[in-house]
Amino acid sequence: MTGQPQAPQADAPEAESGLMVRAEQVHKSFGSLEVLKGVDLEVRSGEVCCLLGPSGSGKSTFLRCINHLEKINAGRIWVDGELIGYRQRGDKLYEMREKEVAAQRRAIGMVFQRFNLFPHKTALDNVTEAPLLVRREKRSEARDRAVALLERVGLGDKLHNYPSQLSGGQQQRVAIARALAMRPKLMLFDEPTSALDPELVGEVLDVMKDLARDGMTMIVVTHEIGFAREVGDSLVFMDDGVVVEQGNPREVIANPQQDRTRSFLAKVL
Amino acid sequence: MRHPGRWVAVAVLAVLAAMFVHVLVTNDNFQWSFMVDHMFRPPVIEGLLRGTVTMTICAMLLGVSLGIVVAIMRLSSNPILRVVAWLYTWVFRAVPRLVLLAVFGNLGILWSRIEFGVPFDTQIGQLFGIDNLQLRVFGFSSRDVLTGFVAGLLGLALSEAAYMAEIVRAGIQSVDEGQTEAASALGMSRAQILRRIVLPQAMRVIIPPTGNETIAMLKDTSLLLAVPYSVELFFQLDAVGKRTFQIFPMYVAAVLWYLFLTSILLIGQYFLERHFAKGYGRTERARLRLRSITAEAGGGGGTGGDT
Ligand SMILES: Nc1ncnc2c1ncn2[C@@H]1O[C@H](COP(=O)(O)OP(=O)(O)O)[C@@H](O)[C@H]1O
Ligand SMILES: [Mg+2]
Repeated sequence: MTGQPQAPQADAPEAESGLMVRAEQVHKSFGSLEVLKGVDLEVRSGEVCCLLGPSGSGKSTFLRCINHLEKINAGRIWVDGELIGYRQRGDKLYEMREKEVAAQRRAIGMVFQRFNLFPHKTALDNVTEAPLLVRREKRSEARDRAVALLERVGLGDKLHNYPSQLSGGQQQRVAIARALAMRPKLMLFDEPTSALDPELVGEVLDVMKDLARDGMTMIVVTHEIGFAREVGDSLVFMDDGVVVEQGNPREVIANPQQDRTRSFLAKVL
Repeated sequence: MRHPGRWVAVAVLAVLAAMFVHVLVTNDNFQWSFMVDHMFRPPVIEGLLRGTVTMTICAMLLGVSLGIVVAIMRLSSNPILRVVAWLYTWVFRAVPRLVLLAVFGNLGILWSRIEFGVPFDTQIGQLFGIDNLQLRVFGFSSRDVLTGFVAGLLGLALSEAAYMAEIVRAGIQSVDEGQTEAASALGMSRAQILRRIVLPQAMRVIIPPTGNETIAMLKDTSLLLAVPYSVELFFQLDAVGKRTFQIFPMYVAAVLWYLFLTSILLIGQYFLERHFAKGYGRTERARLRLRSITAEAGGGGGTGGDT
C-alpha cells in the first residue's frame, strides 16, 4: 500500500440517477510509475461504454481497479451506488476484508484478453464452478443455467470439451458465459478480441452485441472501432493515465476534438 | 552393414549378459532355493507390510500434507510465515535422513513423559507464589507414544515435507497468474482459488517429482534401522542372513523385493501422471482417441498397442 485514498470531497452518490459506475479522480501507481493520474468516469445502467486508447495508457489497469483486482492509491469508485474496496466511516475510509471484496466482485463480470479459462475443467464445469462454489447454487440448477448460457453463446454442442479442444473464439465465448453465470449487473471486457484470429472476431462481437441489446451494462476496452460505433452508447478516449475525450461514439469518431484522439483514430481506422 | 559400431556393441553386451547369467546359475553361493525359502517367511512379510509399505504410505501422506502447508507459508504475504517456512526447509534438507532418524529414535531421552496442559505452569506458579503448580490435563509415557514406528514416521515425514514444500512451491508458481485473476474476478476466496483452481493445475507439475519422492521414500525405509525400528523389510532380511550365515542370498532377496515394489510404484506413477494431464492437449487427445477406439471395438477384442 502506498497510501490511503483521499478523504471524500463529495458526498457518496446514491444509486439515484441510474448510474452503474462512477469513478472519481482515480489514481494508481506501480512503484514510482504513475499509471492512472486522476480518471473520472460515469456509466449509466444499461449503457455500453467503449474505452479506447493507445497501448500502455492504463485502460486495463483502470478496468482492474473497478473490481478491485488493483488497489487504488487515491480517488473512489462506486458500482451501483456501492463504494468499491473500502468502507466509509465518518470521513475515513477503511479497506474491506478479503471476503467483502470477493462479495462485491460477484456482481461484476470480467472477460480477459487471454480468456483465462480453467484448463482442467470442461466448458460446462468452467461455467458452473463459481455458481456452485460462491453462490452455493444447487447442482442441477447451476447446470441447467450453464447449459442455457452456453447455448446462448452458440456452444451447446461443446459442453464437455476442455478449453484446449476449443478455438480462441469458442474459448472467449465460454469465458463470457462463465462471467454471466454469476448474474452480474456490470460486465468488464478487456480487449476481448485482441488475441483472436481475424476470422474469429465476429463471433465474439456478436455475442457482445446480443448482450448489449439485452440491456447489460458494459465497459469494453477495444480497438474495434466498428463495434464502438455500432453498439457503444459512449466512447471514452484515454491516454497517459487520463481521460482525454469522451462523448457519443459516432460523433467522437467522426469529429474528434483533441489532437491525441485524432492521431490515435487515424492509426486504428 | 550400415551401423558396424552398433553391432559390435550388441555383441559385447550379449557376451556380458551371458557371463552374468552363467554366474547366476553356476555359482553355488547364490543359494537360490535357500533364498526363495526365506524371503517369504512371516517376519519378512510383516516387515515388508509394516515398516516398508505402510511406513512409505504414512510418511508420504504426512510429508505431502505438511509440504503443502509449508509451501503455502513460503508463498504467503506474511514475512514471519515465510521465514519460518524457509528455516524449516533449510534444517530438514541439511540433515541426512539417517541422522534425523537416529535423533528421533532417541528423543525419549529428553522427555520421559509427554504432557498436555498450560505451558510453563511451574514457572507461572512461582510468579504467584504457588509452589510446584501443575496444570497438566493429560500425558503419556514417551515410550508409549514415541514407538519405533512413530519416531521413524516423524523423521521420514518431516524430512519429506521439506522436499515436498519445494516441489509444491514450484508447482503453484507454474500456474498462470491469469487463473488466479479470473477466479478472483468471479468472487472466489483465496482458499477456494488455491483448492479448486491453482492446486489441481499445479498437480501436473507436482505429481512426477512426487512419484520419484515416493520411490525414494520406499527405499529410505531401509534407513529405519537407525531408529532402530525392526519390523521392516531390510532389517528382517539382514537378520535372517546374519542368523543363518547366508548373508549374500538375503541381500539378493532384498534387491529383488525392492525391484518388485519400485516397479509397482512406477506403474502407478504412469497412470497418475496421465490422469492429471487432463485438459492439456496431446495426452488428453490421445486418451479420448483411445476411448473411442475401445468403444468402436465394442470392448470385445483387445485393442492393439499403438494406432
Ligand atoms: N502489475 C504491474 N506492475 C508494474 N507495472 C504495471 C503493472 N500493470 C501494468 N503496469 C504498467 O502500467 C502501464 C499501463 O498498463 P495497462 O493498464 O496494461 O495499459 P493498457 O491496457 O492501456 O495497454 C504500462 O506501462 C504497464 O507497463
Ligand atoms: Mg491492456
